[in-house]
Amino acid sequence: MRYAETGYNLEVDLTRGNIERVETDPRDTELYLGGLGTNAKILWDRVPPEVEPFSPDNLLIFATGLLCGTPAIGCNRTIVSTISPQTELMAFSMMGGFWAPELKYAGYDKVILRGKSPDLVYLWIKDDQVEIRDATHLKGKGAVETAELIRQELKEPKAQVAAIGLAGENRVYFASIEQGRSSASRGGIGAVMGDKGVKAVVVRGTKDVNVARPAEFMGLCNDVMQYIKFRNENPIPGVMPILAGLGSPQEMKVHDEKWHTENFMWGNSRVRRKDFWNEDIAKAWTETLDTMRTRLISCYNCPMTCGATISPPGLPTYMMKCFSKLTYTMAAFSDLEFGLGIAQSATEYGVDGFSAPQVMAFALELYENGILTDDDFPGMPSDNEGRFYWLLDKIVRREGIGDVLANGTYWAARKIGKGAEAYAHNNIKKHEQLPLKLSMLNPIYFLMYATGEKMNITQIEGQFPQAPFPKIEQREEFVADWFQVPDEKFKQYFLDWEPRGEKSIPYYPTPEMCCDIVDWQERMHYIDDALGMCAGLSSFPLKPPYHIHNYPKFIASGAGVDMDEAKLTQAAKRYRTLVRANNIRRGMRRKDEKPPENHWKKRFPELEEKLLDTYYRFKGWNDQGIPTQASLHELGLDYVFEDFEKRGVYSENGEAPSETTPEGKDREVQP
Amino acid sequence: MTGEKKKKIIKTIKIDADKCNGCRACEVICSAFHAAPKYSSNNPERSRIRVIRHPLKDIYVPVYAGEYAPAECMGRDKYVIDGKEYDECAFCRSSCPSRDIFKEPDSGLPLKCDMCEGEDEPLCVKWCINDALILEEREEEVEDVEEREELEIGLASLVNKHGLQKILDTVARMSLAKKG
Repeated sequence: MRYAETGYNLEVDLTRGNIERVETDPRDTELYLGGLGTNAKILWDRVPPEVEPFSPDNLLIFATGLLCGTPAIGCNRTIVSTISPQTELMAFSMMGGFWAPELKYAGYDKVILRGKSPDLVYLWIKDDQVEIRDATHLKGKGAVETAELIRQELKEPKAQVAAIGLAGENRVYFASIEQGRSSASRGGIGAVMGDKGVKAVVVRGTKDVNVARPAEFMGLCNDVMQYIKFRNENPIPGVMPILAGLGSPQEMKVHDEKWHTENFMWGNSRVRRKDFWNEDIAKAWTETLDTMRTRLISCYNCPMTCGATISPPGLPTYMMKCFSKLTYTMAAFSDLEFGLGIAQSATEYGVDGFSAPQVMAFALELYENGILTDDDFPGMPSDNEGRFYWLLDKIVRREGIGDVLANGTYWAARKIGKGAEAYAHNNIKKHEQLPLKLSMLNPIYFLMYATGEKMNITQIEGQFPQAPFPKIEQREEFVADWFQVPDEKFKQYFLDWEPRGEKSIPYYPTPEMCCDIVDWQERMHYIDDALGMCAGLSSFPLKPPYHIHNYPKFIASGAGVDMDEAKLTQAAKRYRTLVRANNIRRGMRRKDEKPPENHWKKRFPELEEKLLDTYYRFKGWNDQGIPTQASLHELGLDYVFEDFEKRGVYSENGEAPSETTPEGKDREVQP
Repeated sequence: MTGEKKKKIIKTIKIDADKCNGCRACEVICSAFHAAPKYSSNNPERSRIRVIRHPLKDIYVPVYAGEYAPAECMGRDKYVIDGKEYDECAFCRSSCPSRDIFKEPDSGLPLKCDMCEGEDEPLCVKWCINDALILEEREEEVEDVEEREELEIGLASLVNKHGLQKILDTVARMSLAKKG
């Protein structure tokens, strides 16, 4: 008997319409846990670098985490993995909501889609009964609308639906997969779903999920519940409110947006408005949110209310969370009413809430600077808000300039030329980043931005305070009950960290300390992504209820897998390396590992090189960021080394650098 | 049958639907508690509490499994409150032939909330830290009723159905037949 996991995957060949239930190897659970870990292994085994994102041979994997569907609080994430059309690397976007537990209750750990359906279809999974059903009548429908229509036609109000909108159908490179209040948005995985001709994956499950040692497991869950209550009642002093508590940043709750609006950039991540926030704006925005927000809501089995139901006047209701509250507002230099309104369209179309607004602001910047002209924008309204609605519509339909913009700022700039590249200034590995531009290089963040393969800083950072506390007494108070640290040395790093002087950024924490800190932060995210745990209760906030000390117990008593801290650390390192191996095989190298040029005003090229050198060595990677033979061997990944050797990855004449895009790579979407 | 007055604890779960965040933790913990062995598995389909959810209509109603109903109602109810139309029979607690909730998925046998006997409080209440579910206890004076024996309860329901005379006649006939 398998515990926590079901031990079965659904393999769906869309080309042939074939569906199989396949038993998985329990040894893989020990080595790669589940979720992201086993996804990385499957992509390594089955999707070689020759496979293009829009090839039928690309896989689209919907995975539950190892502990999804158990009573572990907040463990509800679906980890979607594929090869991204935008970055051409492995994408692993995640979503909360209710889908993953439902799939477990239906009796599966993953749904693996391959091939392409000739017509638009949806997949209907009800326990042992799985069907590929016609979805041609849903073509062009919104993602939220689609979910409702499918529930009605199946007469299954409790079915959970992960669907794409028009953007996914038209293979927009930043198309999302929407599901209830959540979405898997980064990396254009919705485009791959659309390319495969799949409008939705619908699940309903009525079976049991078992745990190995019930009393012990439930004791751990109760401890977590108690600690959540404690943390809710005791916010961390000395940090800004959104970092003081648990959960995703509580954007649906807070009215005070002074910090975001004055520190994040407006427009195409360009303009900082230091004196933006005032009483009038506070009053107007509070009224907007209070009028449109009907309820604060949660994902499956989680008490944190990070999401909300939003009903803009005259528009259908949708659900929102986190920072998409402000991304449209700030890209368009507008107000909250506009932001919450256009987000309704964006959710139905199914686009990423970071990339989409940035792409539109980028287009308007090109227009203002004469690189794009009136000819490119026939019929575009003259008002700013109207332009954003117009552009969004063109992008998701791939009409006119929208067809170019639909590939994201990196690819659009190359296509447009005429110096447009300089305006696609906020990317890492071809992917749009948060609109942040800061002053002094932060060595911890430098490493996270450079080497992170989750592509989004919020999915890499956490655990360690973002900035030093001014007074030693405050630091001492902070470390007093900081039991989540994997090692006592982290407390000392923080105690010694000063806002100014010798022990301040960029030279303190030292590169060696930065390695420890970044590695810890990254490790916790990777563990979450294999277990299906929400980062909001684990890797993202300070002092979370889940940490390196209780996770092994959860895994051991939940899944019945022998586990301790060392073994868990090793497993996370193993599949983290496998993610990198997938990307290395696709041409990612040191040159790709850099934050945007203008991310910080004050840069330190020598220090940055040293940081990267030190971190690569620390991770067991060579100076190109490629895992070495010795480190692969230590992780039991000799098969990766063999493949690297065969492909000449280590030799100088290996893969073509991805900067020089080979001919024919300037891909366009076929009609 | 009437006796002296006696104090009795009445347990009520106050359901504040306005505070429900729709997470269904109550369903998870209920089904885990009632698994055999305890906590060895969970499955919301076996839960004795269900959250009726329609997020887009802002409907969140936790409903507890109550008495088994052998037959469905002749007429069904459908509520509209504050402009929100609730599902047919949405607030009903019965496990009944007209719908599929509050039934064991394997056997179809009815489920009923037992307030997690043996625990300090029902676990759904404990796990709902948003306070949509609150346990309230109060003391009430009730007339002390003599405990009836199992046989008497069974007979009472037969009497209820067939009438006392018919039961007496049947018992007499059976008794005669046995004597031969």
